[in-house]
Amino acid sequence: MSGLLKSSIGRKFAMALSAFFLMFFLLQHFVINLTSIFPDHGATFNQLSHFMGTNPMVQYVMQPILIFGVVFHFVMGFVLEVKNRNAQKVKYAKNNGAANSTWMSRNMIWSGLAILAFIVLHFIDFWFPEINTKFIQGDWSGLHDGEFRYFHELQQKFHNPVRVGAYIGAFAFLAMHLLHGFSSAFQSMGANNKYTNGLKTFGKLYAILIPVGFMLIALVHYFNNPH
Amino acid sequence: MATLDSKTPKGPLKDKWTTYKDKINLVNPANKRLIDVIVVGTGLAGGSAAATLAELGYNVKAFAYQDSPRRAHSIAAQGGINAAKNYQGDGDSSYRLFYDTVKGGDYRSREANVHRLAEVSANIIDQCVAQGVPFARDYGGLLDNRSFGGVLVSRTFYAKGQTGQQLLLGAYSAMNRQIARGKIEMFNRHEMLDVVIVDGKARGIIARNLVTGEIERHSAHAVVIASGGYGNVYFLSTNAMGSNATAAWKIHKKGAYFANPCYTQIHPTCIPRSGDYQSKLTLMSESLRNDGRIWVPKNMEDVLAIREGRKKPTDLSEEERDYYLERRYPAFGNLVPRDVASRAAKERCDAGYGVNATGEAVYLDFKSAIERYGKEQAKLKGIENPSAAKITELGEAIVEAKYGNLFQMYEKIVDQNPYKTPMMIYPATHYTMGGIWVDYNLMTTIEGCYAIGEANFSDHGANRLGASALMQGLADGYFVLPYTIGDYLSNDIRTGKISTDSKEFEEAEKAVKERIDFFVNNKGSKSVDYFHKKLGKVMWDKVGMARNEKGLQEAMAEIKAIREEFWKEVKVPGNANEMNPELEKAGRVADFLELGELFAKDALHRTESCGGHFREESVELDGPQKGEAKRDDANFAYVAAWEYKGEPADAVLHKEQLEFNDIELKQRSYK
Amino acid sequence: MNLTLKIWRQKDANDKGQMVDYKVTDISEHMSFLEMMDVLNEQLVNSGDEPVAFDHDCREGICGMCSMYINGEAHGPDRGVTTCQLHMRMFNDGDTITIEPFRATAFPVIKDLVVDRTSFERIQQAGGFISVNTSGNTQDANAIPIAKEAADKAMDAATCIGCGACVATCKNSSAMLFVGAKVSQYALLPQGQVEATDRVLNMVKQMDEEGFGNCTNTGACEIECPKGISLENIARMNSEFMKASLKG
Repeated sequence: MSGLLKSSIGRKFAMALSAFFLMFFLLQHFVINLTSIFPDHGATFNQLSHFMGTNPMVQYVMQPILIFGVVFHFVMGFVLEVKNRNAQKVKYAKNNGAANSTWMSRNMIWSGLAILAFIVLHFIDFWFPEINTKFIQGDWSGLHDGEFRYFHELQQKFHNPVRVGAYIGAFAFLAMHLLHGFSSAFQSMGANNKYTNGLKTFGKLYAILIPVGFMLIALVHYFNNPH
Repeated sequence: MATLDSKTPKGPLKDKWTTYKDKINLVNPANKRLIDVIVVGTGLAGGSAAATLAELGYNVKAFAYQDSPRRAHSIAAQGGINAAKNYQGDGDSSYRLFYDTVKGGDYRSREANVHRLAEVSANIIDQCVAQGVPFARDYGGLLDNRSFGGVLVSRTFYAKGQTGQQLLLGAYSAMNRQIARGKIEMFNRHEMLDVVIVDGKARGIIARNLVTGEIERHSAHAVVIASGGYGNVYFLSTNAMGSNATAAWKIHKKGAYFANPCYTQIHPTCIPRSGDYQSKLTLMSESLRNDGRIWVPKNMEDVLAIREGRKKPTDLSEEERDYYLERRYPAFGNLVPRDVASRAAKERCDAGYGVNATGEAVYLDFKSAIERYGKEQAKLKGIENPSAAKITELGEAIVEAKYGNLFQMYEKIVDQNPYKTPMMIYPATHYTMGGIWVDYNLMTTIEGCYAIGEANFSDHGANRLGASALMQGLADGYFVLPYTIGDYLSNDIRTGKISTDSKEFEEAEKAVKERIDFFVNNKGSKSVDYFHKKLGKVMWDKVGMARNEKGLQEAMAEIKAIREEFWKEVKVPGNANEMNPELEKAGRVADFLELGELFAKDALHRTESCGGHFREESVELDGPQKGEAKRDDANFAYVAAWEYKGEPADAVLHKEQLEFNDIELKQRSYK
Repeated sequence: MNLTLKIWRQKDANDKGQMVDYKVTDISEHMSFLEMMDVLNEQLVNSGDEPVAFDHDCREGICGMCSMYINGEAHGPDRGVTTCQLHMRMFNDGDTITIEPFRATAFPVIKDLVVDRTSFERIQQAGGFISVNTSGNTQDANAIPIAKEAADKAMDAATCIGCGACVATCKNSSAMLFVGAKVSQYALLPQGQVEATDRVLNMVKQMDEEGFGNCTNTGACEIECPKGISLENIARMNSEFMKASLKG
């Protein structure tokens, strides 16, 4: 067991595990975001957001695990990328990668970096202010002017067309990342049975529907908001 | 003319091997650690021998010219391996396998060796299955069999169309286990260039590291040659490009007699030649003859129409086709032995009925098999009144399951779909039954020097049956040599390490280096391939499927002339101290140029027709067998072993008289 | 047809190497790719130059010796073939063809197009076998029935010819398809069960030590494999490895 993370397969397995965790998180995030377009002016969204933002279990257990998951997935991704580059030090003068593999599969590092850039932006937009409010100012009420602030903050962020554009672009990269990543994670975990083909189809659906859903939510807020 | 002692044990045929094993000297395990054995070649024979000797405890040094033992040309065998398991309950037995092999070899093999081969054949299958060789199985999970040419039972085990590969990977895995234990020291990309004889015993070899060009001395208490056959003497053959006779020829020049060089198998089902640039010929497994029917058009008009592209083979009705094997040999039909099938194809093509542009091709047609299987499947699947298209579809699926990879290979090479149009095939050099003479112990006439597998002459007589080469290679390596060599090595337990500093090693190394220096410094005007192709043409035209006195005499003179020109005009670019494929080829072709002449000399002296050796002067003149090959048992029931005396033409003949106590010599009839 | 060839020339392992242009004329479309190379080499020998060194042996697609990267693909543009079975009918008159050696840190170039694949040997030696002695005194071959499906799948995995196209074509130079095929062959057969744990751990360890990259499941190896070895074998090895790691 001890040397597991030193082996290539062990590392891939860990990559896949963290990917599953992130994909599960993504799904949960999506469900909460989806409530923001319910026709209740953000009531459900506010309640859920407040729960997630104040529940000790979420805050002190799940959040650190999530951050670790994100950081691990990225760091391991870089480590593997460096190792893989070293495995082929001399490059081909002519290489026709498109003949045997998809662009997505060959460029996970670039789609990953785009997503990383987005996460940084996302942290600046939401996470840092949230941390500031709760941990530095000590305001755990979730209220602003007597109302839950979450829905309002969300709407504000989607005013700027540049941000919405970046948001959509980032989710396009995420879709590409997932299009390869979903089935790749299962392959790395050794999934190989009668369900494998079904899983692949499900993975493709997931990879397209979830990011497109995020994009639509952003667009709904952008067009519904008084500018 | 001296006679040779085969050292065959006394006693009844069926007990010889058992009694022999009971009586031989053994080497105690502790002493085996003190003994080194060199194995040259890592195909089925060499690989299995190296693994087994190492397992027994000897220190083995194995040599291969390829970059891995797994690439030896045994890997290309497609069809299968025979074993007298009688799993099918169709009346098979060790005796029947023995009988079929002797008969198939046209009564020119040594009875005791063949019987031993048949005895151990069943063990091979057990051994290989234990090693994880994935033989084909039926739905009950038991091993499946198919049938091959020249026999009336199904005793051939197979792994798709890649039996040779799977068996070799089995032997290779056994080698790997020993390499990991340090019991085999593996020398990849090394070529043996001479044997070293000290006090009359083989005590080592000189080898060239093909990557660095370094000449190395390797010593051992015994040397095993498992370097395969010499089919590449024809330039075009189904052998690998690198397959060569150098190791065998070097030991011949140092005292090992070369037996029956004229016994060469021309395989009937190969893809025809397409042009002068052709570098090798590709075999299509004999197993195809289980289901394929061989034919040429009956009428010359159709032949011409096909050649000119005015007609397609599928346009011809059944009445317009000449299924010549079924016509001539009703009992065995398309499954006659290889030599018979090859000559029959040549006969039709010589008569002008060849179906491609070169006039050297016949059809191998799967249409009736597809129909037969299709109907059977329709019945199994309960389809009432299936359409012709449905039958074809179902039938093609079965044919694909059986021969899919062969059909794919054919299509890649010829660019025609063999499911829709008949394959074109023509005979090509495939296997050499002749080789280094060995006694019952598989020892050559050099003490301590052994030859196994295709490199020796022993088990197939004048013609080898399909699926028997793999059997012999593994039998020699796994189950025969490990016993016989122990008997010899038991005298060497106190010898100690053999020094490579002796003058014998020095002289051998010097000679090897001089020859290499000659090649790189000669700066002639013609490439090595030029000479090889020229030799090949003489061999094919005059020492090929049919031979006659005049042609053979001409061949000897012509080969000698080519050889003389070679030594004057050969051009080898590059240096000796680097990887140099042209230099490697030069050495090999130099040896072929000598071997070819001895080959023709042997063919000239054997005025009978037998097996793969067909003398036009020796045919049945009348009776039901009219036109068939005629053996001369009164004068030629012997092994011709040639002793080297300088020029190949001066080689001295030694005879080993063949005695047949258990089998009655008969005309080989497949009618 | 007439062709321009861009070929990697490298004198030995220490040489830097470079691409060199050559012209060949009157190439028949029925030639195999290696026969076209023979024509070039004959031309080079006759003009006093050193011919291009390349690995080849059986020329019928089974020995696994030939290893060229042609126009950006291992074994060239055709599918299900090795370089020796690639035919010139896949190309057109006037084409420029780029020919390089298989590239991977674990496959160093020896000369021109010849690479050293002994890293594969060492992986096999680490566990690619069943430890049964070769005396022939094993049980009868039919003593353990093996389901046809398992036998067929083991056979499919065993068809690997060890050419290294999977490594050459992988952007990470990963050897997972090669190792996966061998692990799978034994994992699918009852004979292979006894040593299954050690085998997969040792072979993967050796694979990593040889400097092959990590599999990122692009699937390129499966497409370029001349024997069509399935990615399924990699998945099987992954699960065998994890099982073994948890046990060991």
